[in-house]
Amino acid sequence: MTRKQRRLTMIAGALAVLAVAAALVLNAMRSSIMFFTTPGKIAEQRIAPGTKFRLGGLVEQGSLVRGEQLKVRFEVTDGNAKVPVAYQGILPDLFREGQGVISEGSLDTSGVFHADTVLAKHDETYMPKAVADELKKEGHWKDDYGKTSSAEPAGVAK
Amino acid sequence: MIAEAGHYALVLALGLALIQSFVPLIGARVNDPALMNVSRSTAIVQFAFVLMSFLALIALHVISDFSVANVYENSHSLKPLIYKITGVWGNHEGSMLLWVFILALFGALVAIFGVNLPLSLRAHVLAVQAWIATAFYLFILLTSNPFLRIANPPIEGRDLNPILQDVGLAVHPPMLYLGYVGFSISFSFAIAALIEGRIDAAWARWVRPWTLMAWIFLTLGIAMGSYWAYYELGWGGWWFWDPVENASLMPWLAGTALLHSAVVMEKREALKIWTVLLAILTFSLSLLGTFLVRSGVLTSVHTFATDPRRGVFILMILCVFIGGSLSFYAWRAASLKQGGLFAPISREGALVLNNLLLTTACATVFVGTLYPLALEVLTGTKISVGAPFFNLTFAPLFLPLLLAVPFGPLLAWKRGDLVGAAQRLMAAGIVALATIAVVWAWEKGGSALAPLAIGLAVFVILGAVIDIAERVKLFRAPLNTSWHRAKGLPRSTWGTAFAHAGLGVALIGIICESTWNIEHIATMRLNDTAQLGGYSATFDGMTSRQGPNYREDIATFTIRQGGVAIGTMTPSKRSFTTRGMSTTEAALMSRGASQIYISLGAAEANGSITARIYYKPLVLLIWFGPVLMAFGGVLSLSDRRLRVGAPKPARPKFDGLAQPAE
Repeated sequence: MTRKQRRLTMIAGALAVLAVAAALVLNAMRSSIMFFTTPGKIAEQRIAPGTKFRLGGLVEQGSLVRGEQLKVRFEVTDGNAKVPVAYQGILPDLFREGQGVISEGSLDTSGVFHADTVLAKHDETYMPKAVADELKKEGHWKDDYGKTSSAEPAGVAK
Repeated sequence: MIAEAGHYALVLALGLALIQSFVPLIGARVNDPALMNVSRSTAIVQFAFVLMSFLALIALHVISDFSVANVYENSHSLKPLIYKITGVWGNHEGSMLLWVFILALFGALVAIFGVNLPLSLRAHVLAVQAWIATAFYLFILLTSNPFLRIANPPIEGRDLNPILQDVGLAVHPPMLYLGYVGFSISFSFAIAALIEGRIDAAWARWVRPWTLMAWIFLTLGIAMGSYWAYYELGWGGWWFWDPVENASLMPWLAGTALLHSAVVMEKREALKIWTVLLAILTFSLSLLGTFLVRSGVLTSVHTFATDPRRGVFILMILCVFIGGSLSFYAWRAASLKQGGLFAPISREGALVLNNLLLTTACATVFVGTLYPLALEVLTGTKISVGAPFFNLTFAPLFLPLLLAVPFGPLLAWKRGDLVGAAQRLMAAGIVALATIAVVWAWEKGGSALAPLAIGLAVFVILGAVIDIAERVKLFRAPLNTSWHRAKGLPRSTWGTAFAHAGLGVALIGIICESTWNIEHIATMRLNDTAQLGGYSATFDGMTSRQGPNYREDIATFTIRQGGVAIGTMTPSKRSFTTRGMSTTEAALMSRGASQIYISLGAAEANGSITARIYYKPLVLLIWFGPVLMAFGGVLSLSDRRLRVGAPKPARPKFDGLAQPAE
């Protein structure tokens, strides 16, 4: 093979791998990306029951009910609307009423959000950024949420 | 006083970096050795000043000088001494200081060990290092000064985030930064080569040890961070495809590719232009990682409460260095001469495939990490890209790579024999197939892919063994001969085998943990027992104790195997009063490479407790694999050809003395 042919072989191989990668990425984009939304927007976005998404907001004061076998129910609010959330498992250390929370899961037909995962972040003054942005937009931002400490770990991992 | 001295030392370091940025370049232009040599002294003295500055910050933390804002915000007088020291880099300002400290360290190492580099190359390399250093000194001094004083000093500090008060954190960031910043050396060498318009095998031989060293640290740093997340965050996960983790994985992937392409360049003088590009990309990804973590654009515990000025400043550094170096590359790359020819099926070809798959995999991680950011900036839509995305993109690209790994070392340079290599790998293939069959038969439920992946891992490990066995003619020559051949093998060959085997070992751990993990989450009363496979855990009660800066509630579990008690486990919850936070301290018990893992949820009023209990089969292999890889890297680094600092050029034989090659 000449230098030119060899180079062409290599370029063709590289393009083939890139094409496969692009196809994989596009496919994954269609099927495995979750959207973030807030209780107020669920109605207007008409999210179908069973579609997975991330729900962010504040845990409504006084809404937390603990049941048998680690079942919990609570409500997430963004000030405009509330969504009941059902979850089974151990809530994170920093889960508190009145604090920001993000849950992953889907709605059932009766409008209850069944969470697979509940995330509260590791600092008591920390507000998930997505939640903070939404609250600011909706005008429910309280200044004391912003009093974040400046402790920033320097490692990997959340 | 200490704070001011530390601040001043940093300003002086900036001054030296400025001198080092220009004087050696002028020296190289006018071919004046004295001017070029300036870089050597400035690099060493610069390091001395940054060291002083860094020690000053450590001293401030140790003596708990709360008149310094950084100490006040991240320390507490009751904190144990070790966390007072590690707390120095547990915050934004301190970790940036650690960043430049390591950068200056590497600059000084090049200056000290690079005595046999061509003078102009060293001058150029150190000048480029100084550009990077200047940018980051300015960043620290203008936006993140760790030595700022508070007008009215408080009596007590706010303490370090409790999850960071951990030994893992003492080691993880320095390791990671040694890796990130270590790639700056390859970058500087690449830019220097572009400036000089000359690049050859000797260049690759100088670059390889530095790249290898950075790669070893990055490998260990990532593994350490993953293990830290595993035991400290309390839910048994070890990799979350969190953007911040991806930020460290991307330079690792690119760096691994660079390591391999530098081999081709050293041995065959091929892939020159590509290697230079990879060196630039690897460091660019390290910078990108720094930007993602430090600018506050990501939602992560690493990035909250940052000042937007910092983000803009780092973004500027990023644009100047990445944009600048890539444009410079586009302009100058054509001036580098083409190297040796090779057939597609050859060692070079295999390494090209390695590079192709690694960089493509890196690109998918890049897309998955940055697409949500881009989408949010452009349309305002918020999405989250998590593990499913990466399982669908990264994994399929990594599988062919793993399949190809054992073939690479068995192919000859220039023109390889694929059939021959396949024949020699036959044994490994047969054992791998047998493993698949056994695992398949043994497996009750679980993924159908898991046995295949385990088989692949076995293939990779045995492939590494066969590579060595072939080279020492094991069982084909008398054992004595094999032994001598084994001793005579270059250490880099052993290094390759260990690193490749490490890949397979890690894969086994990953597959076993994610497929056959047993999880038991329950509310347990006193004397309740949870069953996990062959093990049972009985809740024996709670005790409390007072730690130095926290209160701890400890649960005791007795672990039995087949009814026989084999030990107790004591997971706990710690409440840190200063920050009003609590952390979960998981308890781990290793059984071989498997682990039992208990972490506590909330304690109930009636004395019962919620607990997550896991049995994680072979989970330790996930981190043992990277340790093997790093060990392979160290072996390779100790190869006499590759000692850090590169060998002296061969002396003419007739000077009568046997010259040791180092």
